[in-house]
Amino acid sequence: MLEGAAVTALVSILAIALGVPFGLLLAIIRWRRVPLLSNAVAAYVSLIRATPAITLALLIFFALPTLGIVLSPLTAAVLTLTVNTSAFNCEIWRAALIDFPAEQLDAARAFGLQPRLAFRRIVFPQIWRTSLPALVSEMTLLIKASPALAVIGLVDLTRAASRIGAATYKPLPPFIVATLLYVLLVLAFVAIQRLVERRLHAMRSAA
Amino acid sequence: MTNDFLTVFRHFDQFLGGLWNTLWLAGATLVFASILGCGIAALMLARQRSIRKLVAFLVDGMRCIPFLLLAYLVYYGLPELGLQFDSWTCGVSALVLYHSAYVAEIVRGAWTSLAREQINAGKAFGFHGYKLFRRIILPQLFFASAPVVGNQTVQIVKDTAFLMIITVPELTFVASSIQATYFVPFASFMVAMLLYWVVTLVIEAGVRRVEVSASLRRAA
Repeated sequence: MLEGAAVTALVSILAIALGVPFGLLLAIIRWRRVPLLSNAVAAYVSLIRATPAITLALLIFFALPTLGIVLSPLTAAVLTLTVNTSAFNCEIWRAALIDFPAEQLDAARAFGLQPRLAFRRIVFPQIWRTSLPALVSEMTLLIKASPALAVIGLVDLTRAASRIGAATYKPLPPFIVATLLYVLLVLAFVAIQRLVERRLHAMRSAA
Repeated sequence: MTNDFLTVFRHFDQFLGGLWNTLWLAGATLVFASILGCGIAALMLARQRSIRKLVAFLVDGMRCIPFLLLAYLVYYGLPELGLQFDSWTCGVSALVLYHSAYVAEIVRGAWTSLAREQINAGKAFGFHGYKLFRRIILPQLFFASAPVVGNQTVQIVKDTAFLMIITVPELTFVASSIQATYFVPFASFMVAMLLYWVVTLVIEAGVRRVEVSASLRRAA
């Protein structure tokens, strides 16, 4: 059961590590209005946001091998969650970019900063602070969507619980324990968010 | 690949059946969860501190649980209590129970941000009790929470997919069984995803219409 919880945590963390930057990339493509690509991203985000995680997991796990790409359940799981969360993260980053004051960009340009450098030094340090609460709440949603991966054979917390239930003919106790472990995982993320926010707040009031 | 899609379209009536079941589940959940959610929200605003605390704790707890786990708890838990239900009833009760916690939080948020002056003005004009609620409070709650309830409805539609695991024949279940019979994974799940997409776009369009009529009301 604890092994299952570790798998759930591992898969979630990998998907967050990949999905948050990928979402930022997608958001920048839309923000810069890159021709064609921008429309493609908009369609991708809209479609993925409407798709249940379980349907996406089944599509990736069963359809990619027909194209000759063989995936282990673990890879398919990380891929599913990354695709899913990047669409939501794109919208979060995009909202922060849209709200970003244009004067600051003009000022950066006036100081002769290259766009890339301006983004790294001026835009990014500000938008990640405004996006953080929304990003963390998306992370908790990701954990809550992760039991979908049990259908593609990944032995995560949910599948571990149902295996124990099947072996002991008492399905209820393992599911109760699993539920409590999920609550702990979600609360851990919320606690980290609170901590980071307090640090940021302290930094800002010190500055 | 083209043949795969032809296979799927030959069984499109089954997909429509699954879609119908998905819509039915989501619709029933929206109605019952709204009613139950309003009741829970009222308890969260109750005068007694102990009731407020207890209900808030339960709502927060529910919002930390993945839906599939709740579905399993209901599916395996009710028989332990001596209640035998089919997978449909279990599915709908799990959906309603789960989403009523979210709806309660939405309604509570909208309620607390409702301007006090409005209610006082309503009372000054002689509205009270049911009429005050029906004429002054409910319309504002409805328009204030419409966008969030729209998002929640999309979430409900997506959560119905989990019920395939307890063998409720909704859209993903149908897609999965077609793919298992004819081995057409891409075509079958892609069609299911596109159908979910259409449903979501329709819900979002509906929310936009409510927002337009809300701004028209404000202008009038």
